[in-house]
This record gives sequence, structure tokens and C-alpha cells, in this order.
Amino acid sequence: MWAKSLDISRRFAAAAALAALAVTASPALAQLKSVEIMAPANPGGGYDQHARAMQQVMQELNLATGVQVVNVPGAGGTIGLSQFVTGKKRGNGLMITGLGMIGATLINKSPVSLEQVTPLARLTGEYQPIIVSAESPLKTMDDLVAKFKADPGSVSWGGFAVGSPDHILYALIVKAVGGDVSKMNYIAAGAGGEMLAAVMGGHITVVTGGYNEFAAQLKEGKLRALAISSPERLPGIDVPTLKEQGVDVELVNWRAVVASGDIKQADLKTLDGAMGKMVASPQWKAIAAERGWVDSYLPAKDFAGFLQDEQTRIKSVLDELGLLKK
Amino acid sequence: METLVALSSGFAVAMTPYNLMWSALGVTIGTAIGVLPGIGPALTLALLLPVTYGLEPVSAFIMFAGIYYGAMYGGSTTAILLNTPGESGSIVTAIDGHAMARQGRGAQALATAAIGSFIAGTIATLALTFVAPLMVKLALLFGPAEYFALMVLALTTVTAVLGASLSRGLASLFFGLALGLVGIDLQTGQARLTFGILELLDGIDTVIVAVGLFAIGETLYNAARYRFEKEEIYALKGSKWMGKEDWKRSWKPWLRGTALGFPIGALPAGGSEIPTFLSYLVEKRLSKHPEEFGKGAIEAVAGPEAANNASAAGTLAPLLSLGLPTSATAAIMLAAFQQYGLQPGPLLFDNNPDLVWGMIASLYIGNALLLLLNLPLVGLWVKLLVIPRPWLYAGILVFATLGAYTLNNNVVDLIILWIIGLIGFGMRVLDVPVAPCVVGLILGPLAEQQFRRALAISQGDPTVFFTHPLSLGLLITAALLVLVPVVLKARQNRREQDAQAQI
Repeated sequence: MWAKSLDISRRFAAAAALAALAVTASPALAQLKSVEIMAPANPGGGYDQHARAMQQVMQELNLATGVQVVNVPGAGGTIGLSQFVTGKKRGNGLMITGLGMIGATLINKSPVSLEQVTPLARLTGEYQPIIVSAESPLKTMDDLVAKFKADPGSVSWGGFAVGSPDHILYALIVKAVGGDVSKMNYIAAGAGGEMLAAVMGGHITVVTGGYNEFAAQLKEGKLRALAISSPERLPGIDVPTLKEQGVDVELVNWRAVVASGDIKQADLKTLDGAMGKMVASPQWKAIAAERGWVDSYLPAKDFAGFLQDEQTRIKSVLDELGLLKK
Repeated sequence: METLVALSSGFAVAMTPYNLMWSALGVTIGTAIGVLPGIGPALTLALLLPVTYGLEPVSAFIMFAGIYYGAMYGGSTTAILLNTPGESGSIVTAIDGHAMARQGRGAQALATAAIGSFIAGTIATLALTFVAPLMVKLALLFGPAEYFALMVLALTTVTAVLGASLSRGLASLFFGLALGLVGIDLQTGQARLTFGILELLDGIDTVIVAVGLFAIGETLYNAARYRFEKEEIYALKGSKWMGKEDWKRSWKPWLRGTALGFPIGALPAGGSEIPTFLSYLVEKRLSKHPEEFGKGAIEAVAGPEAANNASAAGTLAPLLSLGLPTSATAAIMLAAFQQYGLQPGPLLFDNNPDLVWGMIASLYIGNALLLLLNLPLVGLWVKLLVIPRPWLYAGILVFATLGAYTLNNNVVDLIILWIIGLIGFGMRVLDVPVAPCVVGLILGPLAEQQFRRALAISQGDPTVFFTHPLSLGLLITAALLVLVPVVLKARQNRREQDAQAQI
């Protein structure tokens, strides 16, 4: 099992951390008591699914007892975050977070931010396809870019919310092809089903989201993927990357788990080890495969660095979109 | 024909004692969570999802479907008896349902809701069996312009709940519209009327407002008058069964409610509130007793309840045939499909016929089980109203408060609930109707979003609303719904004046 997890993470830091843990952790220490995982969203969404998958796997692996999930929805996770930062922790408080939360805290001018929590582990990522209806005349990214350049307003870019990963991906694409980001006609097209129906019915030019949200419709030929935001082609998914088509953009909508800001080093170490065991387990991999989550595990230390960089990147994109004006 | 064969094999799957047990368990859990405000079917399914991992997919989905239908059923019970709608689909039911309960006709209100739900659920399941693909085609025709027109049409419902005074009714409507503005503007990301309070960023939950205005406001008002008035008895008067007149006045609303609920439920942005509003409006317009509406008209319970349940079946149409989740509950069912490695869509019908048809068959069975479960319970539920008044009031307040908290696990919701409750109390004292406020709050933001999306897509060209035939048709219907009664009334007045002049 250890060797397997090393393969996946392919990172020396992880190897060191896990090896150290394997030596020092006694069985009693390894089992956490009453872990409460906050999903800062409604049941059913990505944050919630991650929280419940963690709950299931941590219990099955006996990594923890009494794992509970609480949903605190609102404002793209900002409300959950503020409760997580300011509230009193009962037991081992964890919270699911992700790329979307960075944008949400900035746009909502949230008084709390991800600086106030302790990064624990990046868990998974989803690459985002650029989707059009099967009847759309657009066949490649070139077609889309040409349409945008001819008449920027004529391309309606549908996504979840303003400042969401969807919005950011579009902005990165438009920037990469030398377009004017401020002329982008972004439509906050609502949640999953509504957005899907809007593109299928031809009401919106392009939409995006997690690949899995569109997998069934793509398979049935009702939708077409022009490109995907991964660095290279994904196994089993016959969609060219943005880069292949000359658009130098990569984006992964990652999901991660964080611990409270004042966590003790020893506890962090135990949790870090538990997360490593969890993501390496066959149970976790099975769930990830079903949901189309790509393993992008980073242990606490690496994730902290990544989070810093990502915050800087998102902030500059949102700034350029004019979304951070006072 | 092929469908019938598939359906009968579906029944064979669903009727095994083992699966019947899961269906019965599902409808019982569903009814229970429907009765509790704040705990919806979405949350329940999310909680059960990991637990059902070991079950056969067919059994799990049979139970999930039972929970979904059961919750729709149970939601009406508290709306009628305690004026506390547990979810937004039963807000309209509370208006006349609770008025009936106060007249001692709570049993009839519960019965018409239960039977209406059964009939609507069964017809809608039939529709799901045979016309789901057609419905889905219709649903895809709806873009933002069409949705906006649909919202405008639904907004005309407000004319049916304005009450005696136009100015008071409009004041209430505008208060609701203003409440609806609170929160982040989705198209620009700007916060509106949030006063720096994070919890207001997502707007004010409609269930909180409905419970605040209906349950808290009304209860405070009744409690305030308790000492000055002779105690009216809410308890049962006469038979607890529906009389001949009740049946006569219920059956058409059941059918019309179903006809509204199923197609609108199948729309990705249709939701469960809009068909209930439209049903209320239609029933009031068609009723021989429009003056009874708001004061305990049985049609106003029968129609919206049927519409609510039919829309629940409607949401399954795009889920099963396209994999489009159109409600929170449908989204979790989609996640459940994925948990079992299944992808909803036409392929699901081919690859897993046992599952799909077993689940559809279980909807018929679940409906029958729900009726069996709920009709005998009516007698038990109405006993709630015999509880001595001070206890009942205290109970409602506690129940409403707990429900509001469980909705989002957020204390700010409680503060909002009680502020709205006090405002509702004030509105009752000043005789301002509360229903227009709820209609405005629910439909205002929806209409605004769709309006702005439509305009953004058309790059600011407002003619989209008139050049799309569906949108134009809906807008004309809306205009007729408002104008025809006014013209008719004016004509009637003139005729009366003429008649008087001749004398």
C-alpha cells in the first residue's frame, strides 16, 4: 500500500512524511476520534460528495471513529469558512475546500480567508471541458476563438457563478488568445441541470464544469467537447487539450481538506498521515473513479505552498476581470 | 406496447417482498421528514447514500423514490395543521389549508391533500412512463427568455392573493420583492442589501420567510388575542371524511394541478413552487366561490397539492432520460447513480432496464403505500389541534424555530426568522395579506435572473421576449389573466349601472 501511494503522489516530501509516520505512528494514535467534516455547501455538490466520501473511507479503514459531516451552505463556501474559522471546534474539525472558494472569498469580500486555516491535503481535481451542443457549428477551439474575435458579444460563456472556476477558465482562455477579457459575455447560468439544458437547447454558446457532469451526454452525442483544460490528454477521454489547440491554459478544479488554524503540530501530523492512508486506499480510489475525480493528492506541506500560488493566480485573474473593484 | 412489457417486468422487480419492504421504509421515512420542517428529502438522501452502498441499486433507488414522494406528501401536513410549510412546495397549501384547519375542517384538508397527491403522483408517473422523452424535448425549448415569461405568468398569481385592499396587497408584494433583492447579484457578483452580513449573501431563504410570516406571525397574533377572545375550537367538526361536496370540489383541481405540475416540474428551472402558484390562480379564477379563497377553500388545497406532487414526478423525467438533475433531490439521486457506476440517460433504459422500470413501478407502489399510510393517520394528526392553545402556540414556535435552524445550521437564520415573524405579526395586526409577499420573494429573483440572462445572451436586445414564440405565448396568457377579469368586472358594473338606470 505504501509503495502504491508513492507512485501516485510521486513526491519526495510525501514519501518522507509517510515513511516517518509509518515508523512513529502507533495503532492507537492512528485512530482519530470524533472527526467533524464540514461541507461548506448543500448536500449533493462537490464539497459534500468529498466530505461524505472521506467519512465513508475513514470509517472503513478504521482511521477514525464517529466521523460526522455537517453542511453549512452559502455564498460559494464563504459562510462555511467563516463558521469554521470563528466557531469553536468540537473534536477534530476539518473542512472541505477547493478552487471555487478562493474566488468566492475574494468576490464576497469575506472578512475571513483561507489564510486562517491550516492546509491539510489536496485530494482530487477535475479538469474542465469546453462544451457545446452537438448541433453547434463550432467544432474546434479555433472556431470558438474566431467567433469570439469577430463579435465578442455573440459568444455566451455559461458557467456556475461570477468568479467561479468556470469564469476563471474562460478568462484565462480569452487572455491566452489575446482577446479582451472585459468584452467577454459571461452568463451565470445556474447549477448543473439548468446549465446543461441551456447548452443542449442551444440557448448558450459554451458551458463548462467537471467532465463527469457532461460524460453521459457526451457519450450519447448530445454534446461535444471542444477541448479540455488538462496538461495532456486524459486516458479514456478522447478530447484534445487546450494546449494542443494552441491555447496555453491549464486549469484543474481541485478539492482539498483543511484543518483549523490553531491545530497542534502533533495533531496535524496524525491527520496528515491519515489523509495519506485514505487517498492510497482502494476504497478511495474506487469512489474517485466513479465520480471522475483525478487523484491530485498533495500532503500538508506541499499543499500549503500550492495554495499560496493559487491564491495569487486567482486574485490576478479576478482583478483583470474587474471583479475586485471596491 | 414495448413500454407496457417493460413496465410489467418492472412491477415484477418492485413487487418482490424484499423490494416492497424498501419501498415501505422509504415512504415512511419520507413522510416523517416531510413533516419536520428544515429536513428535506435532499439532506436525507445524502445521509443515507453511504449507508445504502451495500444494497442492490434497484432496492436503493426504490427506497429513494419512496423518500422523495413521501416527503412531498408529508410536507403538506404541517402546512395545514400548524401553518408551518416544511418546504417551498407546500407554502401555497398553508394559505387555505390552515384556514380550513381553523374551521375544524383539518381532516378534510389533509384528506384532499393526500388523495390529490395520490392521484397526481399516479397520473404523473403514468406520464413519466409514456411521455418523458416528449417532456424533455419541451424542456430544452425553454431558454432564459421563455423562463422569464413563465415567471411573469406565475407572478400574475399575485392577483389571486392580493386580498380586499389593493394598496395593502401591493405593499406586501413589494416588500416581498425587496426581500428578494437581498444577496449577491449572480450576473455581476455584487452584493445587494447585505449590510456586510455574510449570511445574507445568498439571499433570504424562502422557507424561512414563509415560516416566519405564516407560523410565527400568525401564532403571535393569535396568542396576542387569546385573552380577549372566546377560544375558538380548531378541533374536528362533523365527519372526518370528505363529504360529497368536498369530492365534487376537489376532483377537477386535482387533475388541473397535475396538468400544471408535471410539465413544469420537468423544466430544469421550473421548480415546485411555480406550479403550486399557478394552480392556486387557476382554481380561484375557475371557482364558483372565489370569495372563499384565502379563507379555507378546499380547491386551494387540492390543486396546489396535486401540482406539488406531480412536479416531483416531473423532475424525474429529465433526470432519467437525459441525466439532468433539476432539483437538489434529483442532484443527489444523480450522485447515487454514479455511486453505483450508472449514468442516467437514454442508455440507462437500455443498459439497466430492471433498475429504471423497477424504480418507475415502485413509484406506483409507493403512491399506493403512501395513501394507505396517510389516510388513517389523518385522524391522528388532527388530534394535534385539540392540544390546549397555549401549548399548541408554544409548540408551533419551537417547532418553527428548530426547523429554521436545521435548514442551514445557521444562527443568523433564526434571527431573520424572528424579525420576519415580528413583521408578519405587524402585518396581521394592520390587515396586510402575507401571501403576496411570499409570491414576490420567490418569483422576483427568479424572474430577474432569467430576464438578465436573456438580455445578456441577446446582447441587450429586448425583442427576444416577443420573437420567441413560446415566450410570446406565455406573456400573452399572462396579460389575458390580468386583463380579462378586470374587463369582465368593468362590463358587469356597467351592466348593473345600466340596469339601475333603466329602473
